[in-house]
Amino acid sequence: MAAEAPLVSIRGLELGYPVRSGLFKRVVGSVRAVAGVDLDIRRGETLGLVGESGCGKTSLGKAMLQLERPTGGEVLLDCGGARRDLCRMRQGELREARRRMQIVFQDPYSSLNPAFTIYGSLEDAMRRYGLATRAERRRRLGELLEAVNMRPEHMDRYPSEFSGGQRQRIGIARALSADPELVVCDEAVSALDVSIRAQVLNLLLKLKAERGLTYLFISHDLSVVEYVSDRIAVMYLGRIVELAGTEELYSNPLHPYTRALLSAIPIADPDRARRRIVLEGDVPSPVDPPPGCPFHPRCPDRVEECSRVPPALRTHMIKGEAHAAACHLAKE
Amino acid sequence: MPERRARAGRSRLDGKLDRIREAEEAGLLEHARGSRALRKMLGNRLSLLGLAVFSAIVLSALLAPWICRYDPQKIDLRSVLRPPSAAHLFGTDKLGRDIFSRVLHGGRISILVGLGSALGAAAIGILLGSYGGYKGGPADRAFLRLSEVFMAFPQIILVLLLVSIVGQSVSNLVLIFVATGWGSIYRMTRARMLSIREEEYVQALRAFGLPDLLICYKHMLPNALGPIMVNITLSTAMFILQEAALSFLGLGVPLEIATWGNILNAANDINVLARYWWIWLPVGSVISLFVLSVNFIGDGLRDSADPSQLG
Ligand SMILES: Nc1ncnc2c1ncn2[C@@H]1O[C@H](COP(=O)(O)OP(=O)(O)O)[C@@H](O)[C@H]1O
Ligand code: SF4
Repeated sequence: MAAEAPLVSIRGLELGYPVRSGLFKRVVGSVRAVAGVDLDIRRGETLGLVGESGCGKTSLGKAMLQLERPTGGEVLLDCGGARRDLCRMRQGELREARRRMQIVFQDPYSSLNPAFTIYGSLEDAMRRYGLATRAERRRRLGELLEAVNMRPEHMDRYPSEFSGGQRQRIGIARALSADPELVVCDEAVSALDVSIRAQVLNLLLKLKAERGLTYLFISHDLSVVEYVSDRIAVMYLGRIVELAGTEELYSNPLHPYTRALLSAIPIADPDRARRRIVLEGDVPSPVDPPPGCPFHPRCPDRVEECSRVPPALRTHMIKGEAHAAACHLAKE
Repeated sequence: MPERRARAGRSRLDGKLDRIREAEEAGLLEHARGSRALRKMLGNRLSLLGLAVFSAIVLSALLAPWICRYDPQKIDLRSVLRPPSAAHLFGTDKLGRDIFSRVLHGGRISILVGLGSALGAAAIGILLGSYGGYKGGPADRAFLRLSEVFMAFPQIILVLLLVSIVGQSVSNLVLIFVATGWGSIYRMTRARMLSIREEEYVQALRAFGLPDLLICYKHMLPNALGPIMVNITLSTAMFILQEAALSFLGLGVPLEIATWGNILNAANDINVLARYWWIWLPVGSVISLFVLSVNFIGDGLRDSADPSQLG
């Protein structure tokens, strides 16, 4: 498994949003929403991405898909052995790469165009992907809707006629319509009721198994991520601070931030009772990140070194598995 | 962890969820179809009245050549300044021309100028504003500044200036109104597109790699149109008033062509104003009625397009 080349390799990815102010809206600085991320997404896995909201998870997903053009770094996509950098592609080439990577969004209400029927809003994309006739497109969309447990007739309805859960399933069908290899699920179930949430999660897992998909599963909800992910990356202030297999991460978190996040999950299992670690202070502004370890102002374990030297993301081999953490105190 | 257990009990959960889904879908079948916006607008009495008055005026202007017995330009010096009568419904003017016929024929030009200018301004404003709002860039910033300049300049002075440069004619007037009026629709469209751009369905379209023009004009624009339609109706009314005002000042359409403004122009002397009310009152009332009805329609459109009232 480790021998196979990753589907996507992110190298030193940066995404800064300009900060404008003043009368003439001059650029006075930048929000480093993604601040140098290295991440491999393996073919066929579900990689969870967690972190408090505002830590840059969505920005990372969008930068990877080139929905926001990254301000630095590389996104290498495996193209039949050769690795191509999406950030260096011109618009025309990028169009071809785009069908292989799709995204499911968080907000079921803004994710569908209210002015078109489901068929109407997907028609152009399907035509672009080679379904020349109307009959073909309708048949394909019908199949996709059935794959997400909806009925083919639903394609002629407007989004306002659907519930949140149904819209989210339509959003999934839309992502699948390009027949992608990688799907970014950006808080795909966070806006849904709990009962519907499990339904959509199970649907995502089923589709993954049927179609051999790879997921980047973004969520601020650790229990959801644990349920679906093979590996989990923890993000803080635009950086990956810990990356490990799901079981390993939950049983042996190395980074104090991960420990704090885990301690905040309500526990139903008395055997695993944990002390709740309450983080002091707010997430620092990504406009002006603290020096040294970005987590040090809130870290309960900080040592003197932390405010001076930024810790690198170092990989430890634990029980034969890679477990990376960016903390001076992290040890096997 | 509860989730670990959920994994084992998934089939039971699935059964439950299937039932929820069925209930959801059964509920959906009862959904009514049809345009909510249209129904809402028809439910609004004032805008319905506006629509009726508007249609009556537009229709009679269109059918003027068949309705009127008199040629609007025909001078009849044997019957000047006659008060309204069965022969001349609105009386006659200083040259003995039938005022009723002139009001109807004048309506054709005035409405053409108003509607034509509003549509022309909208076409330019929408075309530039949509793409500018969606893509931004230096051209968008340039247009934004240009529209600010146009809007900050007192419009009537700008119009006077342009009239004196390009001269008086119906098409020049429309041209001038379009040139001075596109800015507001441009800014409005641009602002709507700026917010629509953030919607996730737009991101999804971009993730498909669809061309920008298609995303912008086909998929996004329909969602911006509601308030723009309102703006078009309101600017129609505004341009008609401007035409009347300019013609009253003798700067609008050349005087020999009958328009509402030119008919009013005859009343620019105190003697006429005081003694021959039929020269200005009927045409004044028609202008007011028309402008009011258009505004009512605009209000109705605004209410029905108000996103806060959409379910
Ligand atoms: N379009 C934008 N312009 C400026 N700043 C942005 C924009 N989008 C996100 N940000 C900032 O980038 C940071 C990361 O945001 P985001 O990626 O949405 O985080 P998350 O998905 O983890 O909630 C936040 O501080 C946010 O304020
Ligand atoms: S490096 Fe220091 S401040 Fe940062 S997480 Fe580790 S202990 Fe805390």
